[in-house]
This record gives sequence, C-alpha cells and structure tokens, in this order.
Amino acid sequence: MIPRKFGARVARVEDERLVSGAGAYLDDLGADALTLAVVRSPHAHAKILDIDVTGALEVDGLIAIYTYEDLDGPMADPLPLLIPHPALSHGRTQYVLAKDEVNYAGEAVAMVVAVDRYAAEDIVERIVVDYEPLPVVVGIQNARAATHLVHEDVPGNVAANVVQQVGDAEAAIAAAPHVLELDLSIERSAAMPLEGRGVLARWDPDFGRLRIWSSTQSSTGVRAAVAAKLGLDLSDVTVTTPDVGGGFGVKIMHPWPEEILVSWAARRLQRPVKFTEDRREHFVSSAHERGQLQHVRVGFDDEGRLLGLSVRFWHDHGAYTPYGLIVPIITSTQLLGPYKPDAYRVEFDSLYTNTVVVTPYRGAGRPQAAFAMERTMDAIAQKLGIDRTEVRSRNFITPDDMPYDHQLTFQDGRPLIYDSGDFPQSLATLKALVGWDNFTAYRDAARAAGRRVGIGLACYVEGTGIGPYEGGTVEIETSGRIKVSTGLTSQGQGHRTVFAQIVADELGVSMDDIDVVTGDTDRSPFAVGTFASRAAVVSGSAIALAARKARAKVLKLAAEALEADPADLEITDGVVRVTGAPGAEISLGTLAVLSNPLRYAFDEQSKLATQFTVGDSSQPPVPHGEQPGIEGNDYYSPMQATFANGMHAAIVETDPVTAEITVLRYCVVHDCGNIINPIIVEGQIHGGVAQGIGGALYERMAYDEDGQLQNASFMDFLMPYVTELPDRIEIDHLETPSPLNPLGIKGAGEAGVIPGSAAIASAIEDAEGFPVRAMPISPSELFHLRLRHRRTPADAAAPAQPERKSIS
Amino acid sequence: MKPPAFDYSRPTSTREAVNVLAELGEDGNVLAGGQSLLPLLNMRLAAPRNLVDINAVTELDYLRVTPDGVRVGALSRHSALERSDDAARVQPLLRQAVRLVAHATIRNRGTTVGSIVHADPSGEMTAVLSLLGGSVRVAGSAGERTVPAEDFFLGPLESAVRPGELAVEAFFPARTPGSGSSFTEISRRHGDYAVCGVGAVVELDADLRVCGARAAFLSISPTPLVLDLAEVVHGRSFDDTAIEELSAYVQARIDPQPDIHATAAYRSHLAGALTLRAVREAARAAADLERTV
Amino acid sequence: MSEQLHDIRLTVNGAPRNVVVPARRLLSDCLRHDLQLTGTHVGCEHGVCGACTVLLDGEPVRSCLVLAVSAHGHAVTTVEGLTRPDGRLSAVQQAFRDCHGLQCGFCTPGFLTTITAGLRDNPTPSREQARDMVAGNLCRCTGYQNIVASVLRAAELAAADHDRRADAS
Ligand SMILES: Cc1cc2nc3c(=O)[nH]c(=O)nc-3n(C[C@H](O)[C@H](O)[C@H](O)COP(=O)(O)OP(=O)(O)OC[C@H]3O[C@@H](n4cnc5c(N)ncnc54)[C@H](O)[C@@H]3O)c2cc1C
Ligand code: FES
Ligand code: FES
Repeated sequence: MIPRKFGARVARVEDERLVSGAGAYLDDLGADALTLAVVRSPHAHAKILDIDVTGALEVDGLIAIYTYEDLDGPMADPLPLLIPHPALSHGRTQYVLAKDEVNYAGEAVAMVVAVDRYAAEDIVERIVVDYEPLPVVVGIQNARAATHLVHEDVPGNVAANVVQQVGDAEAAIAAAPHVLELDLSIERSAAMPLEGRGVLARWDPDFGRLRIWSSTQSSTGVRAAVAAKLGLDLSDVTVTTPDVGGGFGVKIMHPWPEEILVSWAARRLQRPVKFTEDRREHFVSSAHERGQLQHVRVGFDDEGRLLGLSVRFWHDHGAYTPYGLIVPIITSTQLLGPYKPDAYRVEFDSLYTNTVVVTPYRGAGRPQAAFAMERTMDAIAQKLGIDRTEVRSRNFITPDDMPYDHQLTFQDGRPLIYDSGDFPQSLATLKALVGWDNFTAYRDAARAAGRRVGIGLACYVEGTGIGPYEGGTVEIETSGRIKVSTGLTSQGQGHRTVFAQIVADELGVSMDDIDVVTGDTDRSPFAVGTFASRAAVVSGSAIALAARKARAKVLKLAAEALEADPADLEITDGVVRVTGAPGAEISLGTLAVLSNPLRYAFDEQSKLATQFTVGDSSQPPVPHGEQPGIEGNDYYSPMQATFANGMHAAIVETDPVTAEITVLRYCVVHDCGNIINPIIVEGQIHGGVAQGIGGALYERMAYDEDGQLQNASFMDFLMPYVTELPDRIEIDHLETPSPLNPLGIKGAGEAGVIPGSAAIASAIEDAEGFPVRAMPISPSELFHLRLRHRRTPADAAAPAQPERKSIS
Repeated sequence: MKPPAFDYSRPTSTREAVNVLAELGEDGNVLAGGQSLLPLLNMRLAAPRNLVDINAVTELDYLRVTPDGVRVGALSRHSALERSDDAARVQPLLRQAVRLVAHATIRNRGTTVGSIVHADPSGEMTAVLSLLGGSVRVAGSAGERTVPAEDFFLGPLESAVRPGELAVEAFFPARTPGSGSSFTEISRRHGDYAVCGVGAVVELDADLRVCGARAAFLSISPTPLVLDLAEVVHGRSFDDTAIEELSAYVQARIDPQPDIHATAAYRSHLAGALTLRAVREAARAAADLERTV
Repeated sequence: MSEQLHDIRLTVNGAPRNVVVPARRLLSDCLRHDLQLTGTHVGCEHGVCGACTVLLDGEPVRSCLVLAVSAHGHAVTTVEGLTRPDGRLSAVQQAFRDCHGLQCGFCTPGFLTTITAGLRDNPTPSREQARDMVAGNLCRCTGYQNIVASVLRAAELAAADHDRRADAS
C-alpha cells in the first residue's frame, strides 16, 4: 500500500523547472512577436480633443498606431460589465481605447505596435494628445460630497446603494444598554504581483483561428471576452496560461483592454503581437483595492453580547465598475465573521472616483470587513473593561449552531450559510500559541524597561470555494502516464502538486507519473477561474470525481482482462492486481491500450489493440454506452461556499521616540478543513501574512488631489522586504472538514491576509492606549496620533491612560 | 520603462574620458554605476544625448588610504568602501554610513563619487562629505580643480561639476584624534532612502568632555546641512543625558519638507531625536577609541 | 535615422557570447531577448525588486540597471548558469525546492543568484545573516519564511557536498 499523498508534506512538482530558469512566463514567449504599447492619459479626468500622431510617424520600428476611431463593431462598445447586479443601477465600464473622455490617469488612449518595446516607447512619447482637463474627484469624502461628478450621468457619484438586514438593528441598538459608534477607514492598496500583466496573440489566417497566451487568472474568461469583441466563435479562440508570476486577484479581471487590443492587432496585422506591462503601467492601469470609509453603530448588553449592529460604509471603486459590486458585497456579508448579533443592518454606497478601477485583491473586501467587526469588538471590550478574547467568545457561533444561516445573500447570490468551524476551539488554540494570558506580565516588564509593546487579535470567516463550477479530466495514456487537466489557472499556488496528490491517491499511481495542465482552453474549455480560494475546493473536487470515474473504468477493464471480480482488485503504483493472487496483474498503460480498439498498429504496444487481435466479434468494438480510452471527466458545482476561518494575533513594539512600528510576533490559527498539503497551505499563509502586514504598515496608493498617483514605483509603494516581517510566522492548524465537498476541504488562499490590519491595529492600540481607527498606519501617522492624544516622547515610557473618542 | 536612445562612448583612460566630455560639453553625461541614472533613463525622466561610460576607466577604480584620509576614485563602488578595513580605521564614519546606502546589490554597482555628484539630499555619502569637510577633485579640459564640500552641493541633484567635466576623486579627511562618529537613520523599509538621517562627529578633550560636535542631516534640506552643535554640548560629559536641548536647538534651525512618507513635523521630530542619538553614539565612540589608544 | 549598434562580447554562464546591441539595451533585455536566457526576470526595471539580479564578475547586480554595452568584456552568471554541468540542481536551487522557497517563481532567479554569491562569501550564515543576505529582494508570494529556510538549507547541502568531495579526493 502506498502511503496516501493527501495530507502529506509533498515537495512541489512545479519547482525543478522554475529554479532552473526554465519557467515560461508570458514575456518569455513570442520572441518573434511585435510589441504593443499604450498611450495612457496623464490626466485623471479630461476630454480628449485631438490626437496628433504626425510626430511619431518617422520613428524607426513603427508598425501601426490605432485610436478609438479605428475601432468598429463590438470593439467600439464599452468593455463588458462582468458581474451585473440588480442594485448596480449606474454601472460603467471603459472602452478599450478611450472614446472622448478619460476618467483616470493611466487610462488607455491610443495603442502603438512596434518592433520592440524600446521603439514602442519612442513612439508613445511622440504622440501628442490634446486634453481639456475636467474637475477631478479623488477620495471617498469628495466622491460623497459630489461637488464634481466622475460620470456626468451618475448622480452623486453613486454606482450602487445596497442594504441588507436581518432583524431590526436600529431598534435593537436604540434599546441596548450600551451603544458605541466608530468611524473607521482603510486605504487603497493593490495586489502587485511581481510579474505584471501580459498577453500574446497569434492569428492563423489559414484557419481563421486565434491563439492567445495570457498571464491571467481566467483563461476561459479571456477567451469568451476576446471572442465576443472580435466576433469569433469560442472554438476558434484558444487561451493558454503560461507560468504566471503571481496574481492575487488583479489578473482575474478580464478582459483587460490590452488583451483585446493585442488580439485585435494580431488579426489585423496578421502578425504575432505581445504586450508586456511594465511596473509603472501596472500602478496606473491595473486594479487596486481596499479603500473604504466605515461608520459602525453597535448596541450591546453588559456582557458584551451584540444586540444590534448597524454598519454604513462607502466603497471607492475607482472610475468604473467592471467587476460589479463583488468587493463591497463581500465586505457587507463577511463582516459578521464568527459572530451572531441579534440584528444586523448593513448599507453601502459604491462610489466613483477618478482613479484606477477597484477589483478584488487577495481577501477581496474581507480585510475591510474584519477591520470593521474586530475594531468594534475591541471597542466593546474596552468599554466594558473585559478581556478582548472574552467579548469575542460571548458572541461566537458555536459548533452546535452549524450549519448557521445568517439570512443574508452572499457574493455568489446564494444564502450565507456557514457549513463548519469550531470558533471556541480556534480561539483557545490561538491564545495558547501566542501566550495571550501571560502577555500582561510581558508588557509590564517591557514598559519598565522603557519599551512599548502591545498585543492584538482578530478573527475572520471566509467563504471559499464558490461556484459556479470547475471541471476535471483524468486520462490514462498508453504509456501509463496520467494526464490531468482542469481549466482554472495557476499563479504559484502549487495546484499541479495538490491535484497530482489527489489523483495519486484516487488512482493508486505515483505522483511522478502524473502531469497536470491548468488553464488551457484546448484541454479544458469549460472553466471559471482562480479566485476566492476556490481552486483546491472546486477543481480539486472535480478532479477527484473524474479520477474516481477513471478508476471505475480501470477496474471494469481489468476485471475483464484478469477475469476477476472488480471488488478483488487493487491498484498500486500504476498496476492493477488481484488481491491474494500474485502474478495476476495488468498495468494501467496496457489497460489504456486495450480500451482503445485500433485499426492500425503504430508501435509494438498498439498491436495489442488492433482488430485482428482483440474483441468479441459478437459486439461492436466499443460496446454501447462506452467510450474508447480511459478518461474520467467530471464537474463539481458546489451548492454554496464552504467557510474557512481563522484567528490571528500580533505582538508589536512601537518606538517611544521615533514611532517606528515593529511586528515582533505573528501567530495564525487556521481552519481550512482537510489539508491536502501542509507545506503549501503554510506557504499560502506566510505570503498572505506578509501582504497583511504590508497592508497594515506599509502599502497604500497615495493619490494627490489631481488624481496623480504619487508613489507609482517600488521605491515608494512599500512592499515589505524580509526585514519588515517578523522572524517567524507561527501557525497552528485546526481541521474541521467541510461536509460540502468530497474531500472535506475549504479554501486557504486568502487566509493569511484578511485580519492583518485589524490584528495589528488592535496591537498598536494596546501598546499606545489610544484608539487606532485608520489603517495603514505609518510612523509619521502614529507620531501625529500621539500628539493628538497629548503623549509626547517625554512621557512615552509611562503607562498609557486609555482614552476613547467614541461616544457611548 | 526603457531608456531613450543616446550616443555612447566608452573611454578607457581618465584623459580620454575628459577629452570626450570636454568635446561634448552640454551634451555629454557621465555614466558611472548607473544606479541613479538608469532608473531615470528607464522612466524616461532623463534624456541625455550622449553617455560617456566610465566603467572601463579602470585607473579610477581605487581607494587610497593614507593617514590624512581616504581618497575614493570615481569608479570605486560603494561596496569597496564598505569592505575596506583600512578606510574604516582611518575614518570610521565611512563604513558607518555607506552600509546604509541602499541594498548590498546596489552598492556592488553604484559608485561613491557618483552618489556625491548626483547630490541627492537623501544620499548618505553627500552628508558624510559635508560633515567631514571633504572635497571632490574635478577634471575638465582646462585641468583639474578641487572643490570643497561646502561649495560642492548647489541644490537638490545639482553639484558643482559642470558639463564637460569629470569628477575623478572624492577625499574624506581622516578621523581627528579625540573624535568619534556615528550615523543613524530612519527609513520606511530597511535599505530605502532615509526619511531622516543624522551623521555626527564629536570631539572629546583629554577629560572626555565634549569640545566639538557637528551633525549632518539627510532628507531635511535641499543640500546637505551641517550644524555646529558645539555651543550646546561644549564642556559636557560625553555620556551626559541632559543634552536634550540639542533636539530643540536642531529643530529651530531646520525647515524640512513633507512628502508621502512623513510630515514636516515628524521629520523635524526625527531630526531632533536622531541628533541626540547620533551625538551620544559618536561621543561614546570617541571615548571608546580614546580608551583603546 | 537608425540607432548606432555596438558589438559586445560577454562571457555568459562560462561561454563566450557576441551580441550586437544599441547602447541603450539593458543587460536584462540583452540576456532575455538577445540571448534567450529568459530565466532572468524583470519585475520593476528601477532597481528595487531584485528579480533581475545576475552575477557580474561574480557579484550580484541588478541587470535592469546595467547597460549591456557596459558589461562588455565581463562575465555574467544567470540562473541558467547555476545548474551543475551534469544538469543537477545546485545546492541553492535544491534547497528552494526542498523548503518550498518559491511559489510563483518569478522572483526566484534573483534570490538564487544573490544567495549563490552570498554563500560563497559566507558559507555558514546564522539565521540573522541569512535574512540579511536576501534583504534586498522582493517576493510577493512567500512572505520570505521559506526563503530564509532555503538559505540555511543550501548552506547545509553545500557543506555536505564539500565533505563528499573532500572524502572522494
Ligand atoms: C533601489 C535603490 C536604492 C537606493 N538607495 C540609496 C540610498 O539609500 N542612499 C543613497 O545614497 N543612494 C541610494 N541609491 C543610489 C545609489 O547610491 C547610486 O549608486 C548613487 O546615487 C549614484 O552612483 P552611480 O555610480 O550609480 O551614479 P550614476 O547613476 O552613474 O550617475 C548619477 C549621476 O551622477 C553623474 N556622475 C556619476 N559619476 C560621475 C563622475 N565621476 N563625474 C561626473 N558626473 C558623474 C551622472 O552623470 C549622473 O547624473 C539607490 C539606488 C537604487 C537603485
Ligand atoms: S527588475 Fe531589476 S530590480 Fe526589479
Ligand atoms: S515566489 Fe512569487 S514573487 Fe516570489
């Protein structure tokens, strides 16, 4: 019996290639392709009066320049609004090339095709666009004030107003013994994968077919979008996802204008065309996320139990709404985390501003949600003078409450019902891991030594593995190799490894004999994409089901060949054996040969399956209801999301003089159900935590009032280096299996990032003794908060007097 | 993010480099380590007609350490200065500061002279040159001149090197007997340009009392600012904790600007706090050095 | 008017290579597009991320901040050159594999080259020194935990290799 791969710390199958420099990322492909570059608006809001290309025509290496005028048919229509929603009353999307108005600095205005990127930039520089600047709306406050409008026909800059409620929260708050109000804010950040976007297209004029390679999280999405814009049938478009240098959400948007433009130009010029986004472009033309202002009103009893919770928030979604309302809907529905208030009301406005679009970035609205809920929990604890963990415990949904129906509608349009989780146990585990109960002594000792330290925690629940569906195909080759395919794409999560682990167990083969392909529409034309921590859950389940089908066929064929009862068969290491009958065996490869009756012999092996060798002449060569070959194919379409959860604790030190903030320890307790590969889950958490700490202390998109992004470089957008992170990220797992899918798993991709800002704000608050209501926080901001709370460096080492701004 | 086109020459001697530069005049730009110039080119924030690449002028790749100080040739990389024990012995401030310049990989390529000519008000080595009262030797068609630090920095990213000239060497005077130094800075991330930094040199008399103190500031003023702190600390014991008025003294003499990483007030606060830290460390270093002598 | 081209000679991963490039060609582009050594990646082209790090005469440099013409006459080692002559992974590469030191792999070549030089200079780093060795490279995926572990593991593997060679001789 081969040990099960599921659950084992298996090294990744992806890595040998990648560490040798043999990866094939988008820009590594298409050495023969022309380069596409984009003329981008320098203005955040302007009318386009004229585009003059005469100065560019002489430049060496020019192939073509196109503007909106050159587009027709569907190309001249706005880009699709991917996720419509009944409340999205004023959805707007941009054109592939701006028509007559630009709404953010960075919006595509014209495109250039040239022999290489150097020439393309020479040409871009010489195209003169005449703009008439319009008033600019930047920041949620200005969007709300609506003194100026982003889109003339969108009153109040409001794209959508959404309300959901359970019970009568306002009445509950009015009747509650205690009431608190909090104003909170979270700034913009961005996914910022190390590889930017990129797309390559080849048009085959002989067959009228288009081949696209895109650094995308959804190959089928790109395919459908490009086909629609170019008026092609889906089957004439192939999208392949090469190695992708990170995604974290930003590559789920589809299509990006460049994906359409490259394809269109390749067909028009009948030459391969490639676009490789550079870092500066990525800042000003790829999506951002996070920015929200929140107002929380909460009513609670003397025990700290939530009687009524009312949250009003304003979401900055940038200049357009290509991805609908997904981010604010997630905020509004995942806000409750592990808690069960008696009544809940949430209302949000999704607002236009003259900035880059906002679409999901890892966590997708949940970091904001956790921030609102967890800051509220801390405020209640502070108000009542009870421990922060205690107030949380008193509000937990318990294991006995599962499945727990929040009576809200989730981001997939389905009811929000938690399937599993043991929150009290998670909290107990976290407290033990971080040493919660001993911290007071540590803090006091540190204070005595002139140091300031604080501890904080935050909890979250994350709906993962949402539908609609994914598929899996498991095919056994005559060589005995197993070819697995699923349509969703990979950006470094190690899908090939975990899918191979699943198949190895289901089929009884060695992982070395398994090849997994993801994100190739030729292999898997039906698929959705990689987002919302859904790959392992949805594709993993589909692949398991597909492998079971393949196994059933294997056993059936082997039973015939070995004249045995299928129940007596076992598969080990790629060979089917009759238990207890040594020598009675047949390999998967041979079965694959026999399963495919042949007319022609191509090699020694296939002779076995030719018509004069096999077959029962009383039956058709392929019996009715059967298919040639051994291929299992299945889809998994979940009824609803499965809910992973976790709790994080952070210990920070704030410098009494310089206000520098250091994360000393970061602890994670995490429940993603059954774990396929702990190494990979831990890696996902590490990376998420780094992004969480980045989002809490370093990263923000700094727009000035003219809508210019002031920090569009890695010099000034401060992604953490190793030096900004604690030496060790401490992790403990809890495994409460999901009852919803065949493997009992839940998603793990976003876990690390979600409660980062909430936990660190909590810890800074604990260290400093005054509320922290806006994140990220820089040393400069902490310095000013201290001034506001009249704590100068001189009295810095003295114990903090808790003081609170909030009303009660 | 690709550089615009330019003409290029690659002299192999100082004389040849100076001739080429002199001939090109306004149109010529020196390429040294490229760690400041290439980001500007890649972002097309600079568009020189001609680049004169001095990376093949190997005769300028030197560090000369003599008792009077350290001479750094124009092709000497930051990393060479960082590694040189001789240089660190003669002038400890050099290593104290240069290790704070960017990350090691950047220091492998960027030159110390280049960073001085680049005259970034956030550059550590500009502050060091000013604090130590060093100088830069500049060669042009009319011969060589030596420009003292106080005349070298004209404005942000503007030095006294004229078009057609080549800076061939920076000179950092040796530590004077009885003195000690320190360099401290706060940056948002480790290795980033400093939000604020302070270098200090403190001199002690035979009784280990402070008899001289100067500090140079990073990211605080358009050109490197050096303040003489002697009037505040003169005669104090080197570990006197009551020199806190230094902070106020400094803050009254600076006018930092805000940016996205720090407000003016926070910078000013840091300048005060870091001065205190740097002066104390420098005084302690001076005392330690005296004791070991 | 077309741009002037320059004949340059580089020693890349031990082999002499002649390339004709315009003066503005970045070394990163020359390696990737002229020499098809696409293992070197570019993540920012302004010197901050380190994905493009290669060894120039043995020392790590940002290839996006070096002109190909400036490298004329010098030796360049890229990630492709780290693999042993017999095709096996080097200690550093193997360690990244063993320790899950990479996810998307885009930053990885820059870490591998940097660490290769770092361990040459300091074959027995402490954990603190291991962190310091990778302090100038950005990774968006891993949170660096396993990268630091990979540095330490690579040092172990290299030491074992060394011992084996010493035993053999
Ligand atoms: C990511 C990153 C982080 C950095 N962080 C820091 C930091 O924290 N602190 C810091 O001080 N620096 C920092 N730098 C800059 C680095 O120190 C540069 O090396 C230095 O500023 C310039 O030196 P260079 O040799 O690279 O000069 P180049 O980039 O080649 O040239 C810079 C300028 O000086 C001129 N020049 C150079 N040498 C001469 C000469 N001999 N004669 C005449 N003119 C000359 C050039 O024409 C050009 O205008 C950083 C750079 C990067 C990429
Ligand atoms: S690409 Fe060279 S440092 Fe980022
Ligand atoms: S592994 Fe993806 S950026 Fe490092």
